[in-house]
Amino acid sequence: MEIDFRALLVILMSTALVNNYVLRQFLGVCPFLGVSKDIKSSACMGVSVTFVMLMAAAVTWPIQTFLLDPQGLGFMQTVVFILVIATLVQLVEVVLKRYMPALFASLGVYLPLMTTNCAVLAVTITNITGGHTYIESLVHALGAGLGFLLAMIIFTGIREQNENADPPESFKGIPITLISAAILSMAFFAFDGVIDNLFR
Amino acid sequence: MNIITTAIIATGIIGLISAVVITVASKLMFVKVDVRVAKIRNALPGANCGACGLSSCDSYAEALAKGETATNLCPPGGDAAFTLINEILEIARSDEAKFVKKTAIVHCLGDNATAHQKIEYVGIETCFAAQELYGGESACTFGCIGYGDCVRVCPDDAICVEDGLVRFDPRKCSGCGVCMDVCPTGVITVQLAPVTVAVKCKNTERGRVVKDKCTKGCIGCTKCVKECPVEAITVENSLAEIDYEKCTGCAKCVAVCVKKCLVKVEDAG
Repeated sequence: MEIDFRALLVILMSTALVNNYVLRQFLGVCPFLGVSKDIKSSACMGVSVTFVMLMAAAVTWPIQTFLLDPQGLGFMQTVVFILVIATLVQLVEVVLKRYMPALFASLGVYLPLMTTNCAVLAVTITNITGGHTYIESLVHALGAGLGFLLAMIIFTGIREQNENADPPESFKGIPITLISAAILSMAFFAFDGVIDNLFR
Repeated sequence: MNIITTAIIATGIIGLISAVVITVASKLMFVKVDVRVAKIRNALPGANCGACGLSSCDSYAEALAKGETATNLCPPGGDAAFTLINEILEIARSDEAKFVKKTAIVHCLGDNATAHQKIEYVGIETCFAAQELYGGESACTFGCIGYGDCVRVCPDDAICVEDGLVRFDPRKCSGCGVCMDVCPTGVITVQLAPVTVAVKCKNTERGRVVKDKCTKGCIGCTKCVKECPVEAITVENSLAEIDYEKCTGCAKCVAVCVKKCLVKVEDAG
């Protein structure tokens, strides 16, 4: 099988930047706002999400293609995917606990959070609806994860700046955080057309 | 075969496989945990008050099993928990590492009758909110505001509000100090138990000003200082303060206090 690296790069860049899952599609906003207080936990969360997305895409694509579609069970997609992703996260947790206790200690809290993360589910479903091949699915998941990580880290930086800034009394706390998120989201709209022109 | 049956069977099989995989994985890759952690956790009260300096009773139990922290840091558990933890960890009970019981005192007698009212507060009924507005209803901004922020956080149910003043039950109080942290005026302190006498005022203003604001405020007359046989009382900023390391609890100062703000703790509760 021949692999079109250019097409893969387009998928990677477009999911990470142009169609950023958090800032353009508003999926996975909960951890984006909840775990972005300091750079360490947000980076940990971003890396774990990337990891889980990759694993989920790797497992759900074959299930859809070789199990659900031949049986005409496409409508069970959501249920089965949630089930599989939850299992997968649990499994990863057990394995990490056994073989990488240090990594488990730093990711420990965030892994269970991922079980029901809508961004993870969205990636796996988009893989199917987008008609991606297996390799493309993996690249798409990687791009989505990296985009999430990027958004998390940028937003953490902004929040740390907000801590030092002195906004008006009524904007302190959550309001200024949401406003910053909105501005960051608008900034990401500037990536529109980048991919088209970059890979022309 | 009916499509619904197929769907149920297929999902069931996937679920079953997932369950088996997780069970097998957790059996194969189980991690040895310290049995003492669970035992210590059971000995702790589970109030998660944070008085030990860790976020929860679970993390305190873990730290204890690793030997990272002292065994006498749990006030809600008291002497019983201290003894149990030492038994579990097989630490010999020495006199140096004795459990120190503490108790909280509210340094104010300004209830609705004694403290003069300055404004009428209508709003969110928390001390924190009331204090934001000109320091609360009472003319004295040092004293108890009386909306019971401390009552809500107390893990021992040892505090109640009566006539706009909080009162402690010294038998219930474990001295964890959570109330001290939430009190916006800082009128609560935690002292080594047993406390027999206490200065029930925190107002550092001049005597004359205090007199206008509260009938039981300390005016700094220094009568108690002269009376004290062990020199445990000092007056600074016209406010008496007791050094509990020196105080013997003879209560001679209580008898001479002009404003009756130096009281026996049992009396005030």
